[in-house]
Amino acid sequence: MAELLAPLLMIVPWVVAVLTAVVLMVWVERRMSALIQDRRGPNRLGPLGLFQAIADAAKFIFKESLTPAGADRPLYLLAPLLALLPALTTFVVIPFGPAIEVSERTLRMLVVDTDTGVMLFLALASLGVYSLVMAGYSSNNKYSLLGSLRAAAQMISYELALTLSVVAVLLPATSLNLAAVVDYQVSKQWLGFLPGWNVFPQALGFLVFLVASFAETNRLPFDLPEAESELVAGYHTEYSAMRFALFFMGEYMAMTTLSALGVTLYFGGWTLPGVDLAAVAATVAGWCGAPQLFGLPLASWLGPLFGFGVLMAKVALWLLFFVWVRWTFPRFRYDQLMRLGWKVLLPLALVNLVAIAMLTVGGVL
Amino acid sequence: MPQQYLPVLLCIALAFGLGIVLLALSWFAGRQTGGEVKRSTYESGLPLLDHSRKRLSVVFFLVALDFVIFDVEAAFLYPWALVVREGGWPLLGAIGVFLAFLLAGFFYIWRKGGLEVRTGAADPGPTTP
Repeated sequence: MAELLAPLLMIVPWVVAVLTAVVLMVWVERRMSALIQDRRGPNRLGPLGLFQAIADAAKFIFKESLTPAGADRPLYLLAPLLALLPALTTFVVIPFGPAIEVSERTLRMLVVDTDTGVMLFLALASLGVYSLVMAGYSSNNKYSLLGSLRAAAQMISYELALTLSVVAVLLPATSLNLAAVVDYQVSKQWLGFLPGWNVFPQALGFLVFLVASFAETNRLPFDLPEAESELVAGYHTEYSAMRFALFFMGEYMAMTTLSALGVTLYFGGWTLPGVDLAAVAATVAGWCGAPQLFGLPLASWLGPLFGFGVLMAKVALWLLFFVWVRWTFPRFRYDQLMRLGWKVLLPLALVNLVAIAMLTVGGVL
Repeated sequence: MPQQYLPVLLCIALAFGLGIVLLALSWFAGRQTGGEVKRSTYESGLPLLDHSRKRLSVVFFLVALDFVIFDVEAAFLYPWALVVREGGWPLLGAIGVFLAFLLAGFFYIWRKGGLEVRTGAADPGPTTP
């Protein structure tokens, strides 16, 4: 029973966090772009314009859902649904708290605790490309088609660099399970004072991962698939109302889960350097008299909760960086984008991989 | 154990469910008036200049082909990550040979111009729809 119930319970915070991130990011994106461009941004609805996201959502719901003439209807409707798929499934392999004891068994805090780990993440994340290609092909519009072709080529090109930079992180941890990657980072300390985060020994791999993650989520400076100056709106030109909003939501959710992966790989995931969250949870539970909650001590509930909070705080910083970059850099030209992916990032990722492999075998990492 | 992947299926169902509920909500809440003009293909307010079912640049095909080759390479590297410490230097040498072959292929593609995306290449121009 516990085997089935535990993953169900662990999905809940993730779904809540990912959906909340979409709502918050709509507001953050607009306010922060205004800040960077010396404007005010939305400030009428609620304190600081915080309810703007609700107004945006209401508008999407009450608009008309148009299907263009000549559209391939089944594919046209399936595409926005698939846009949500990668973002709402990939979080299952990301750990978010200290392991707890349930009926004399150690339960690690990740929904699917398996040896395939990162492989599963990348496999599910790759499904995103189907949504874009379907949307572009089925819309019967040349802008959509060109946008989706660009998107497909861009995503698969940068996926290579991303995959290779991720392999380099897995080498010293000698596991594909992200919980092991976090444990590895906790067990290390660099130069005697830096936390054991992978970002320090793998700065090059981190750079490749960061750039590739911008391309994977179709964000500026790599938003060629929807370059509005040349392609109107790219693959979602012919989408309106909630059908368009699903693509939009999918993009923000994918940003959140990819950020969570990046934080877990390079910045210690749910852990804080020098702080044992399990001990903190036990102390806080002690203040409350250490009661039992649904057959488990309070500390077993608080530990994962604190871990999730730390993880989300780190993800929030990463997301702010996404927004900051979007409103700072101009868009690449398409041939520049492909050249960067194949001729710069891929060789860099390989160099990083070989270097990390040698350091690992040599016993430095 | 295959049953430990059940939560993934659940998440897939959740994603589809959420999408279908939102689409249905918008379909029933919005006024669906339709009409020929609204359903016409978007062309920035002009009459349609070009149709979408036409020939495409071969570059996209080449990129897809390159991707398949190198992604399989990356897939072969994952099992190595699990035994890198036990395997030590001999295994690293073996992987080095594997990588060297792929790098040779990579630079061959590079030299042949398979990684180039040329702008302003021969464009047949607009065709009448």
